[in-house]
Amino acid sequence: MAEASYPEDLLYHPEHDWARVNGEEAVFGVTWYAQDALGEVVFFDPPELGAAVKKDEAYAEVESVKAVSDVFAPLSGEIIEVNDALADGPEKINEDPYGEGWMVRVRLTDPEEADTLLDVEAYKGLLT
Amino acid sequence: MPFAGWEMPVQYEGIRQEHLAVRTRAGMFDVSHMGEIETSGPQAEELLQWLLSNDLTRIAERGAQYSVLCRQDGGVLDDLFTYRLGPDRFLTVTNAANHEKDLAWFRRHAEDFDADARDAHADWAMIAVQGPEARAALARVADGELPARMRTADLRVAGVELLVCGTGYTGEDGCELMTPPDGAAPVWDALRAEGVEPAGLGARDTLRLEVCFHLYGNDLSEDRNPIEAGLAWCCKLETDFIGSDALRGVEPRESLVPFAFTGPGIPRQGNAIRTEHGDGVVTSGSLSPCLEIGIGMGYVPAEASAPGTAIEADVRGKSRTAEVRDKPLYAKE
Repeated sequence: MAEASYPEDLLYHPEHDWARVNGEEAVFGVTWYAQDALGEVVFFDPPELGAAVKKDEAYAEVESVKAVSDVFAPLSGEIIEVNDALADGPEKINEDPYGEGWMVRVRLTDPEEADTLLDVEAYKGLLT
Repeated sequence: MPFAGWEMPVQYEGIRQEHLAVRTRAGMFDVSHMGEIETSGPQAEELLQWLLSNDLTRIAERGAQYSVLCRQDGGVLDDLFTYRLGPDRFLTVTNAANHEKDLAWFRRHAEDFDADARDAHADWAMIAVQGPEARAALARVADGELPARMRTADLRVAGVELLVCGTGYTGEDGCELMTPPDGAAPVWDALRAEGVEPAGLGARDTLRLEVCFHLYGNDLSEDRNPIEAGLAWCCKLETDFIGSDALRGVEPRESLVPFAFTGPGIPRQGNAIRTEHGDGVVTSGSLSPCLEIGIGMGYVPAEASAPGTAIEADVRGKSRTAEVRDKPLYAKE
């Protein structure tokens, strides 16, 4: 997507990741800023189902033609679903980073960690 | 992005898009960072025959030739194109990061010959126009006939006198244009008006890798000799160039091979390679925009260098399956 956008209903991590929290579960992805900085994503290397992810630590990799970048977990939990569509369509991360470009669904082990994440205004403040 | 003291465009619209423009239409690269050394004088040919690995006597006037520059021990100092501009006047194009080193080497050896090696880097800017439609676009703005492949011609574009060379680094047809620095902008604009698309050094790298052209600093270095790098074809040992003694009878323990991943992942420079015959290392790696798989080149034990050999690459802790392939990795149907 060409225009920067940051949905209001998401929580943000300063490493340019978002979480859409729904009770004990959350969906993770990367922000518009992150995909724009990466350039065209050509490969998404997902974690395995059942893997434990820890807040602030890398859980996946995205690659552009020339560079590799880690994707950081905004919250801790266990991977219960991976967006398989990214295997054949990693460009969805660029085209729709908050929708079809979602990366994983996680069962949270410590939902209260969400209190430490940024709301949209605080995250936008980081980008200026 | 800064590179060897130059501000370089890595990409304009996106590496993949620029890559495909060159493969299917026409693209142009600003490669003015490339260095030039002009060698002239009664013994210019003898000097270059001593310095360069190929047989300089075989370059016709207005011809071009690829060769490597070796140390006495056969280590590769640079790989370069040389153009014969006159009977005893040559222009050699160096890699930017090696230019000063090459120039010092040329000058040191020029003292033993009746020849002069001059730094011509400031005389030239360079634009590579490449792709199946590149020659047609260039012909529309040039005042004469374009040179054949591996030949040069003096032509005028947009009022600028150019040295046009029928060479390139993409595997596509096209030309490389040497212009005075203040002529680069009008030439660029004239080609842009003909539909030639700007392409950056990112696409230049993926294009050359698909056709297995070496990149100095990745696939070639002073620690590697041209035989193991697969460049024996441009090493004419009978010309007795510097390093030829060390290369005679060399049977390398490792060979530079192209490979393609047979599953997911993208190889990167420095990744370890595992084979049944020992380990190797990836020297260049990328996603291939045309093949849409991970491709690369790397040094492997000679026993594991045959096309079809199954190998693995360790990509940041994940083992990725790959296969040694023939050159080039990508060829037009």
